[in-house]
Amino acid sequence: MSPVSTSSDRAVPFWRNVRVIRALSQIAFAILVAVVAGALYSNMKHGLESRGLWGGFNFLRLEAGFDIGEGITYDLSDSYARAFVVGVVNTLRVTVVGIGLATVLGVVAGVARLSSNWLVNKMASAYIEIIRNTPLLVQLFVWYFAVIMKLPRVRESIALPGPAFVSNRGLTLSWPVPTDSFGMWLSYLIAGAVVAVVLWIVRARTQRRTGRPGFRLLWIGAPFVALATLGWFLVPVAPFVLDKPSLEGWNYQGGLTLTPEFTALLVGLVVYTGAFIAEVVRAGILAVPRGQIEAARSVGLNEMQTLRLVTFPQALRIIIPPLTSQYLNLAKNSSLAIAIGFPDLFNVAGTIFNQTGRSIQVIVMIMASYLSMSLFTSLLMNVYNRRVQLVER
Amino acid sequence: MEAISEAAQPPRTSVGVLGWLKENLFSTWFNTLFTFGSLWFIYMILRGIVTWVWTEARWSVVTTNLWLFAIGPFPRQEVWRVWACVIMVLLLGLLSWVVWGPLGRGRTGARRWVLAGWLLSFPLTILLLRGLGNSALPLVGTNLWGGLLLTFVLAVVSIVASFPLGVLLALGRRSSLPVIRMFSTLYIELIRGVPLVTILFMAQIMLPLFLPEGMRVDKVMRAIAGFTLFTAAYIAECVRGGLAAVPMGQYEAAKAVGLSGPQVMVLIVLPQALRAVIPPIVGQFIALFKDTSLVAIVGLIDLLNIAKSVVAQPEFMGLKREVYFFVAVIYFVFSYAMSYASRRLEVALGVGER
Repeated sequence: MSPVSTSSDRAVPFWRNVRVIRALSQIAFAILVAVVAGALYSNMKHGLESRGLWGGFNFLRLEAGFDIGEGITYDLSDSYARAFVVGVVNTLRVTVVGIGLATVLGVVAGVARLSSNWLVNKMASAYIEIIRNTPLLVQLFVWYFAVIMKLPRVRESIALPGPAFVSNRGLTLSWPVPTDSFGMWLSYLIAGAVVAVVLWIVRARTQRRTGRPGFRLLWIGAPFVALATLGWFLVPVAPFVLDKPSLEGWNYQGGLTLTPEFTALLVGLVVYTGAFIAEVVRAGILAVPRGQIEAARSVGLNEMQTLRLVTFPQALRIIIPPLTSQYLNLAKNSSLAIAIGFPDLFNVAGTIFNQTGRSIQVIVMIMASYLSMSLFTSLLMNVYNRRVQLVER
Repeated sequence: MEAISEAAQPPRTSVGVLGWLKENLFSTWFNTLFTFGSLWFIYMILRGIVTWVWTEARWSVVTTNLWLFAIGPFPRQEVWRVWACVIMVLLLGLLSWVVWGPLGRGRTGARRWVLAGWLLSFPLTILLLRGLGNSALPLVGTNLWGGLLLTFVLAVVSIVASFPLGVLLALGRRSSLPVIRMFSTLYIELIRGVPLVTILFMAQIMLPLFLPEGMRVDKVMRAIAGFTLFTAAYIAECVRGGLAAVPMGQYEAAKAVGLSGPQVMVLIVLPQALRAVIPPIVGQFIALFKDTSLVAIVGLIDLLNIAKSVVAQPEFMGLKREVYFFVAVIYFVFSYAMSYASRRLEVALGVGER
């Protein structure tokens, strides 16, 4: 009897072997990518070398020699590296302030969008639709050229309560300035914070043991405020004085002045991102199942408690991931500052490129800055997200 | 009988106009306060805008430059070519509305023809705008395309070009081959982590450097390349969501009836995945339409940059409000119309109902 060969003992030819195909296709892909990247790289190197622009980051030590409108201390004779740092700090400044204000505006507009009051509801939806359907760049132009530049001159500036003054030179606010006794007051604040943390833990334990509401916020809030107030009166002079701006000559002295560029960029980013955050908040609140709210009401929680203990914690969990991407969008959109002349990192880097011609180095610097900002923000929000998600079970 | 039906009538304050007002505006004293506050706010804003639009604004700056806003420096005697493209697209839109509407039920053949028409219209438009270089259709270089025309060309060409790239990246990110998966993930995350402006800047500066000497790409093509690379990463994320929504059973069933790996993807999985992601992709298109305004920063003459040059015309000094307001309204009208259409499309497709 001749041996019958079954498919299992006949060797599979290597070109039909799944494992070989998988390995080979990956190697082929890697080689393809490497070849394309290599060709591009050599083209670029050749082109740049012929113009004498190839090389490392040594040019950053050279004197920048261009002026930057605002930001941390910087002088014409400082290096390019310092100029770039000024730009990065300006970007961070507008981003951090913008994220805070946009969140407030977005939450207010999102809640208003769900209001049972017809007028409030329609007003919020008009705001959201108008802002979401026009480009941010056009909005920035409108804020800068059509609103802020058309404001009255400094001498006729509009006075707001505070006092604050609005003119085509920007926004001048009264600003608290710490005095000598600020350090002493700070120690009262720290003591208050320590007491608050201890009380929080104690009350949380009591609540868990007895099952009665711990009123933790009240228990930690009261002593903290009390200590802060006590400290305010015990230190020799008040820890803060309000620095009020006053008109002297052609400009305001004192207070905090925001340049028209910063104001336009901040207002533009906040109004734009606020509309997107409003939609995120609305979707998050609507995503909480109706049964949850009905169940909460039926076990006897009142409307406020339902919102605080049932709706809000569940909505937050849905809101956080899209909210993170809105924050990142705000940070990235701040690069449009170049259109209205605010010296953010992209704008300063563009000037450095124009002066030195070092295209790759400048692009690497820009990309690295934005990527590290993005990664850092998503890291923070992921940590927070994980904490909130743990509440689930 | 009469008395009963009269008594059964609801009180006058809970139906009709009065009832609506009470329920929606004055249900509690708190709500009443809000209503009056909003009324005052709306009045203040509307009064400002209406008086400005009707009495203070000088709209001559817009009316004299209308052609410039529409097509930029595109030669005026060749305008019929733009009209021909617009009419072609409108006709195709009308045909699709008929074929996919209640009238076209069951006419799959007609639908196929309309689809082919859409595919054909794309190269035809570019050909018509650019010209053949002969006497009938003289060449109009892309440096003469401008205004709203350029805005639309940038948006449409970029979204069409980025779609296949996005699908490939999405498949790559879900691939079981680690090298391909890592490459796709790296690309998507890298692009999504940086602002569009830097990508456009890179496309303008670096693209000429990457190419061998003597090869030149014009500015519009460079911008399209930048938009395509950028949008592909976002489309990839949309498509990935669609792929994740296809149930595992679909893969297994397709394998069980003997389809090969690529066949499973092309015939079974992708059609279902892409149907689910049409609304987010339309959203991506609207975002791209708005983002084309960023080419003003790298020096292309799109709608926004035309506005910047109109503002600088000596006879219309100081009319920035009028011009930027007008441009904002144009962007709004188109984006709003598209997002309205996409909402209708979502309902028509029945996404999320299955």
